[in-house]
Amino acid sequence: MFVQQVINGLTVGGVYALIALGYTMVYGILELINFAHGEIYMLGAYLGIIFLGFFTAIGLTSYSLPLALALTFVLSIVFCSAYGFTIEKTAYKPLRNASRLSPLISAIGVSIFLQNYVMLTQGATDKVFPHLFEETGFEMQGMTFTYIQIFIIVVSAVLMMLLNLFITKTRMGKAMRAVAQDKTMASLVGINIDTVISVTFVIGSGLAAVAGLMVAMYYGLVNYSIGYIAGIKAFTAAVLGGIGSIPGAMFGGILLGLVESLSSSYISPEYKDAYAFIILIIILFIKPSGLFGKAHEEKV
Amino acid sequence: MREQRAESKEQRAKDTDKKRLGFVLRPVIIALWLALLFLPFRGIKDALILFVTLSILLFIFRALSGYAKTLTEKFNVIRQSVSSGLETVYARPKTPRFVAYLLLLGFILSVPFFAKDYFIDVLILAGIYVILAQGLNVVVGFAGLLNLGFVAFYAIGAYSYALLNTKMGLGFWSALPLSVVLASFSGFLLAVPALRLKGDYLAIVTLGFGEIVRLVLNNWDSVTKGPNGIGGIEPPYLFATPLGGLSYYYYFILAFVALTVFMVRRVYKSRTGRAWVAIREDEIASSSIGINTTAYKLYAFAFGAFWAGAAGALFAAKMQFVSPESFTFMESVLILSMVILGGLGSIPGVILGAVILVILPEMLREIQLYRMLALGSGLVLLMIFRPQGLFRPGRLSRLAGESRYLMGGKGVSFRS
Repeated sequence: MFVQQVINGLTVGGVYALIALGYTMVYGILELINFAHGEIYMLGAYLGIIFLGFFTAIGLTSYSLPLALALTFVLSIVFCSAYGFTIEKTAYKPLRNASRLSPLISAIGVSIFLQNYVMLTQGATDKVFPHLFEETGFEMQGMTFTYIQIFIIVVSAVLMMLLNLFITKTRMGKAMRAVAQDKTMASLVGINIDTVISVTFVIGSGLAAVAGLMVAMYYGLVNYSIGYIAGIKAFTAAVLGGIGSIPGAMFGGILLGLVESLSSSYISPEYKDAYAFIILIIILFIKPSGLFGKAHEEKV
Repeated sequence: MREQRAESKEQRAKDTDKKRLGFVLRPVIIALWLALLFLPFRGIKDALILFVTLSILLFIFRALSGYAKTLTEKFNVIRQSVSSGLETVYARPKTPRFVAYLLLLGFILSVPFFAKDYFIDVLILAGIYVILAQGLNVVVGFAGLLNLGFVAFYAIGAYSYALLNTKMGLGFWSALPLSVVLASFSGFLLAVPALRLKGDYLAIVTLGFGEIVRLVLNNWDSVTKGPNGIGGIEPPYLFATPLGGLSYYYYFILAFVALTVFMVRRVYKSRTGRAWVAIREDEIASSSIGINTTAYKLYAFAFGAFWAGAAGALFAAKMQFVSPESFTFMESVLILSMVILGGLGSIPGVILGAVILVILPEMLREIQLYRMLALGSGLVLLMIFRPQGLFRPGRLSRLAGESRYLMGGKGVSFRS
């Protein structure tokens, strides 16, 4: 029972961590809570279903399922990244010098827009993920682990490692860290801030797309409203780990997944969604800088 | 600065032939990009339609924005000459403003005599939202504390009245003070810990609070009857007559709106109101001149929640039914949109914002489906083109130029 819940928690936690990374990277660079990020995740889930449906229609899935799945992943990532890029250029870039309030409200606007955009184009009812492979797994001491859970955990872990390598080892990663530290200084030493911000949005959206697609595979159902609650939870995960910190977001996501799955099985499943908020509120009161974050001194 | 840059850019572009090509190409490229993004969701046919309409629209927009400046200049010249001409001809007397106000008041008071029931119903709803939006205006507009869970206080007010009425048999007038105090107190309770946080974090915590309240209402079946809601709530009685009829309730709400606006205005003009604005503009500076910032922020939260509670009780009494569905995050966003559209911190603006955002969707019933789509994009456009909303609060434009809180980086930003 306990181990089972831990595995469930790790699965959900991996997904939260992937979304949380997008929040934390954008916050680190723009100090903006990208409210629309959860919707990108939702778009990823929808795009996955759409592309898989398309590949089934043209017979690619029956020809080679792994190829179709891989193509679906690639296309969803590409489209979600394009969405993230476009959102940044249209809704956030014009507001870069505005007050703190403006981009946040603009982000809420984008979030509402995307939800209704998907609802209008895809219908308000739940979408079913095409049933392409058997939900198999293995049993161990009376507990079942499905392969899809293991797939989610492995993919999230690999992506997080890749991201960490990108941030720490590449030139662009270095530029991103520089911009996060001080935008003006970074631009003075010749870093193109606009490019860095765009890259941040593209990477964050790509990770969210993977998360959305994997969740669609895991639960088998998606709805246009899943983005909001997942977004809030992922944001909680980011805050939990210390917003702006990449290892923090990974750790926070996994911790949140574990807490949620354990508390809903041991306390009460009805309030499953409330736990995230309660954790968020407690964390912000006790240690607003999060577990890995640095305390922010306010200067005049 | 931005205008200057845009001007010089335009000048440069004008010299080259490149511009002519870009003039046509840019809208087409943007439209193509957006249509490509749209493609998976609706297929090739709809994407093509979108591409064509978007390129035409963007092209028209581009063509117009080039002329817009010269057009407005010309228009201004004409307007000035006309008005100065009129002034010399008539030696224009100052229009007595109160005549306009009287006409408006007469119209508002006489609505039930000529309007259809449906319209009165919509106006009653608008009145409730005006009260709510004024409450949020105190928190976000005056004190500058972004609250994304304001609907929680509305819900607490509504459920308090619903429960006090159906379970304990209290009438409206004895339940109202209790619900208002409960809402106000919950505002206070949230504020005590939440005010240690700033800006975005505060916004998220209030959002979480709103969601928790909704989840509790949804799941605490033994008290709130969960998603089924509570029905059979009594309308208020006045002199032993129930105010069930629409026109009675209309005047009743009107009286409440008047009371709200009066009270909010009085507080805004007081020392407390000035303290709020000072905190909004610069917290550190205001605490350095001896304003107890924590205390004043607490007042703002409790005072705002007070009106939300009143609006909630009025809503429950009007609908005679409450359910958690009426108190979602979208509702919070809607109220916030009213405040922002009207103009943060402007009392008449917020009234107008609330009335517009209630009446407009009702008038556009046919495109009901696109309502939220329009709200979402409207918020983005509003932030880009007119972040201060329809009205600007008078106090700032008179004394301190632009508000840093509302307009952002116009002045020197000291934020590191």
